[in-house]
Amino acid sequence: MAGPDEQRIFVASQWQLMWWRFRRHKVAVASGGVVIGFYLAVLGADFLAYADPNASEAQRSLMPPQPVYWFDGWRFSPHVYAVKGARDPQTFKRVYRADPGQKISIRFFAGGFEYRFLGLIPMTRHLIGVDGGLDAGKTIFVLGTDVQGRDLWSRLMYSTRISLTIGLFGVTVSLVLGVVLGGLSGFYGGIADTLIQRVIEILRSIPTIPLWMGLAAALPRDWSILQIYFAITIIISLLGWTELARVVRGRFLAMREEDFVVSARLVGCSQMRTIFVHMVPSFMSHIIAATTLALPAMIISETALSFLGLGLRPPAMSWGVLLQQAQNVQTVAISPWLMIPAVPVIIVVMAFNFLGDGLRDAADPYGR
Amino acid sequence: MGAEIATSLPQPTLLSVRNLKTYFAQDEGTVKAVDGVSFDLYPGATLGIVGESGCGKSVTARSILRIVDRPGRIVEGEIKFRRPAGDGGAGGGQVVDLAKLAPNGLEMRAIRGAEIALIFQEPMSSFSPVHSVGSQIIEAILLHQQVSRRDARAMTIEMLRRVGVSSPEERVDQLSNQLSGGLRQRAMIAMALSCNPTLLIADEPTTALDVTTQTQILELMRQLQQEDGMAIMLITHDLGVVAEMATDVAVMYLGRVVEQAPVDAIFHAPRHPYTRALLRSIPRIRSRSNERLTPIAGSVPHPYDRPPGCPFHPRCADFIAGTCDRAAPSLRAVGDQHSVSCFLYE
Amino acid sequence: MLVYIGRRAVLAIFTVWAISVLSFAIIQLPPGDYVTSYIAQMAAMGSVVTDEEAQNLRIQYGLGQPMYVQYLKWVRLIAQGNFGMSMEWRRPVTEVIGERLWLTVVVSVAALILTWVLALPIGIYSAVRQYSVGDYLATFVGFIGLAVPNFLLALVLLYLGFVLFNAHIGGLFSVEFQDAPWSAARVWDLLKHLPIPALILGLAGTAQQIRIMRANLLDELRKPYVVTARSKGLSEARVIVKYPVRVALNPFASTIGYTLPYIVSGSIIVSLVLGLPTVGPLLLKALIAQDMFLAGTIVLLLGVMTVIGTLVSDVLLVWIDPRIRLEET
Repeated sequence: MAGPDEQRIFVASQWQLMWWRFRRHKVAVASGGVVIGFYLAVLGADFLAYADPNASEAQRSLMPPQPVYWFDGWRFSPHVYAVKGARDPQTFKRVYRADPGQKISIRFFAGGFEYRFLGLIPMTRHLIGVDGGLDAGKTIFVLGTDVQGRDLWSRLMYSTRISLTIGLFGVTVSLVLGVVLGGLSGFYGGIADTLIQRVIEILRSIPTIPLWMGLAAALPRDWSILQIYFAITIIISLLGWTELARVVRGRFLAMREEDFVVSARLVGCSQMRTIFVHMVPSFMSHIIAATTLALPAMIISETALSFLGLGLRPPAMSWGVLLQQAQNVQTVAISPWLMIPAVPVIIVVMAFNFLGDGLRDAADPYGR
Repeated sequence: MGAEIATSLPQPTLLSVRNLKTYFAQDEGTVKAVDGVSFDLYPGATLGIVGESGCGKSVTARSILRIVDRPGRIVEGEIKFRRPAGDGGAGGGQVVDLAKLAPNGLEMRAIRGAEIALIFQEPMSSFSPVHSVGSQIIEAILLHQQVSRRDARAMTIEMLRRVGVSSPEERVDQLSNQLSGGLRQRAMIAMALSCNPTLLIADEPTTALDVTTQTQILELMRQLQQEDGMAIMLITHDLGVVAEMATDVAVMYLGRVVEQAPVDAIFHAPRHPYTRALLRSIPRIRSRSNERLTPIAGSVPHPYDRPPGCPFHPRCADFIAGTCDRAAPSLRAVGDQHSVSCFLYE
Repeated sequence: MLVYIGRRAVLAIFTVWAISVLSFAIIQLPPGDYVTSYIAQMAAMGSVVTDEEAQNLRIQYGLGQPMYVQYLKWVRLIAQGNFGMSMEWRRPVTEVIGERLWLTVVVSVAALILTWVLALPIGIYSAVRQYSVGDYLATFVGFIGLAVPNFLLALVLLYLGFVLFNAHIGGLFSVEFQDAPWSAARVWDLLKHLPIPALILGLAGTAQQIRIMRANLLDELRKPYVVTARSKGLSEARVIVKYPVRVALNPFASTIGYTLPYIVSGSIIVSLVLGLPTVGPLLLKALIAQDMFLAGTIVLLLGVMTVIGTLVSDVLLVWIDPRIRLEET
C-alpha cells in the first residue's frame, strides 16, 4: 500500500508537494476560496452592483436596508416592499415606512445602467435588478443608502476595486524593496547587512500611522484619484517592506551555506545566476507566504487613512471612504448599516491571515 | 498519608519493579514504550540497565520518578520503593508503590529529588540557561531540608567541592553555559546527591562526554557511592560502562527486561540470545586480533508494529518456529539471582 | 551589559534623528514657506504681521538658505524648547499640545500593561494545556484580535455601548472632570475610563503576544532543564513558572520594542473614534488645516516618546535575561 504512495512522493515536484500539504489545511483552502471570490468581485463589480454608485438622491437619504422576501406565498419570487419616505415634523429626520401593498420584484440578470464588462464589453445586464430601471419610488436597497442617498451595496462592490488592488500594488512595491534590500543584506552580509538591518530597526521603532498621516496630508489637493491612489500606495509600502526584507534576508542567510549553493558557486556560476537560478526559486514559496501575510496590513492601512479623510477622498470609493460616514457615533446609532463596509474588511483580512498561515506551513514541504 | 498504598517488600530490597507498562497514546497508535518491565534493586548496589536506543530504558527511569511526559501514562504494574528510615523521618522505612501515587502529589514530590535523584545525559541543557548553577542546587536543598539559605549555600559549595569542581565559591554563581560539559555533569551530580538520596538514577550520564571525562565522571560516581552508600540505577547502551560499574545487569529489549543477573553472569554466562548477540557485537580488549565482530541481524522494529510473541524473535538466531512467534515468554529464574525471559529455558 | 545598552542607546539616537528628519519633512512638504502662510493666515484672521516681524521669522528659521541649514536652525530652536507657533490656534505649539501628550502616554502605557497582563497568563495556559478547549478559544479570539482593525473595533463597541446601555463609552473623563484641574478625583475618573480604550488598543498586540508566548513556551517545555527541575521534586506550577516561563519571557519581552510603536500608532486613530483627548484628534485637525508646526511637533514627540519607551524596555530585558548581562561583545 505504501509503495505507490511513496513513489508518488519521490517524483513529485516541490510545488506539488506544497500543494498536497496546503490542501490538508482546510481553513486555509477555504480562505483561499474567499480571497479568490473577492478578487472576482473586483473584476465584476459593475455586474454585481445594480445601481449607479454615484447616483445620489436627497429623497432617499439614509434609507435602512430593505428586507428581501424570497417567497410570495409558496412561489419563489424574491421581492421587497416599496418604501415611502417622509420627514418627521418634530425631529426633522427622514423616516421610511414600508408599504406592504406595493411589491417590487427582484429579477436576476435584469437590465440596468450601462457599463463595460471587464472594461471591454458593453453590457446592461446586472446580477439583480428591478423591472423598468431605476426611479426613486421603485428600486431596491438591500444594504440601505448613505447620507446622499446612494446605494450602499453597489458602492461596496465598486469599493472592492480600490481597497483590494491598493493592497496588491502596495505589496508589490514592498516586495521589490524587500527582496532587493533583504537580498543585499543576506547575500553580501558585512557593512551592507549592518546598515540595512539598522535602517529596518529604526523604521520598525517609529509609530507609522502619524507618519503616514503627515505624508498623506501633504499630497496636493488638486491631484486626480489616480495620482492619489499611487501616492498612497507608495506611502504605505515605503514603511511596509521591512518584514518582507527580514524574511528574505533570513532565507538568504540560511541558504548561503547550503551545499547546492556552495556547489553552484564552485562550478563557476556567476553571482546573478547563483541568486536567481539556484537560490530564489528555492525560497519563492516563503516569499509568497510572507507576501500574503503582508497584504492585510496594507488593506487596513488604506482603510484607516481613508477613514480619517487623509487617504482617498470622494468621489473615489474604497471601504475606508465609505466608512468615513460612520465616524460619528450619533450617525451610527441611528443608521447602523453605515458600518457594513467594516464587514468585508474583516473578512478579507482574516482570509488573508489564514491563507498566509497555511501557505507558510506548506512552504517548506521537506520540513518535519 | 499514603497509608493505603503502603505495601510490603522482602528485605533488603530497595526497589522492586513488577510488570511495569508505560504507554504513549498518540494519533498514529499506541507506543508501548515500556511493556512489562520487572527488576529488583538492592541498597548500595549498582544495577546497569542495558539496551539499544528506543528500548524503553529512559521511560522506565522516568516512570519510577513519575515524570513521564504526556501523553505517556503508566497503565499497569507496580514500583515498590522502600523509603529510608531514620533522620529523613517522613518515610519511616515504609514501603510505597510509586505507581499508585499522584505524580504531582506531596508524597511523590517528597520522594523525588530527596530519596530518588536523577541525572541524565544532556549536560548542555539540563541546567536552566538563566539561573546560576548554584541557585538551582540550593533550591533542591531548601526544598527537602530544613536549613537556612546561608547553610544551603555552604552545603552547595561543599557538595561542588566533593564532586571535584575547582574553586566552587566562584562557580556557584556562574551560569551553566560558562561551565564545560564535564563540569556541568559534575554539578548535576552535586545537585542529585545534595539531599543524600538512597537511589540515584543515572540515565546515560556519560554519553555526551569525551572519553577522558567519561572515565572521570564514572570514577566520581563510584567513589561517591562508596562514601554515601546509595544504590545506583545506571542506564546505558555502553556495555563497557556496565562492566566497569555495575554489580547487577538488566538487559532490555523493546520495552521488556529479557535477562537480569549479576554482572559476572551476564558477561561470562549470558543466557538470552539477545544478550549473547549484544556481547558478540562489541570488541574485547583481550580478543584475538583476527576475531570478527558480529552485528545483530536486522534492526529494532518500529514501535507502532512490534512483532507478536517474543519481541526479539525476528532477529533471533535460536528462533523456535510456532513458539516464539505465538506467545511472549516471561521472566524465570535460571540460577542464583539470574532470570531470563526466553522459551529456550522454559 | 554596558555594551548592549550602549548599542541600544546609539540606535535610539539614530532613530530620534530619523524621526526629526521625517518630522521636518512633514513641516516642509506643503507648498510655500510657512512664514508666508503664517502671514496669510494672520491676514485672514484680521491681524497684520509687520514686515519687521516677518523678517525676524525668516531669519530665525533660515528661510531662503539651503535645506540643511533650515533643518539645523529648526533643531536648535527645538533644543531650546521652541516648537514654533500653531497657526490655527495662534498659540505656541507646546501650549496647544499641553496635557494631551501625557494622556497619550498614559493610554499607550495602559494598553501595553494590559497587553502583558493578559497575554502572559493566557499564553502560558495555552502552551501548558495545548489543544485544550481553552487553548482553542484563546487561538480563536487571537485571530479575531489580529483581523479586526482596532478603529473598527472601537466603532463597533461604541455603537454597542450606545444601543445596549445608552452609554457613551468613549472619552477619558466624565463631563464634570473634562476641564477640571488635576486632583485625586480626576485621576480616579481617568482610571475608570481607561480600561476600554486600553483594551481596544491592546487587543491586536495581546493576540500576537499570546501566539509568541505559546510558541516559545512550547519549545522550552521540551528542554531537559525542565525535567531537571521536575526531578528535584518542585511542584508543577513552580517548575513551569520558575524555569521555562522565565526563559520564554525573553523573546516575549524583546517584542515590546515593536508593540509600543504599534500601540502609539493605533492610539491616534482609536482616539479619534472614541473621542479621547490625546494628540490623535489634534494631529488630524492640524494636518487637515495644514498647521504644519503643530503636526510636525506631534509626530516628533510621539516618535521620541516611543523611542524612550523602547529603550526602557530594552533595559528591562537585561534585567530579565542574565545572558545579556554577561554578554561581552
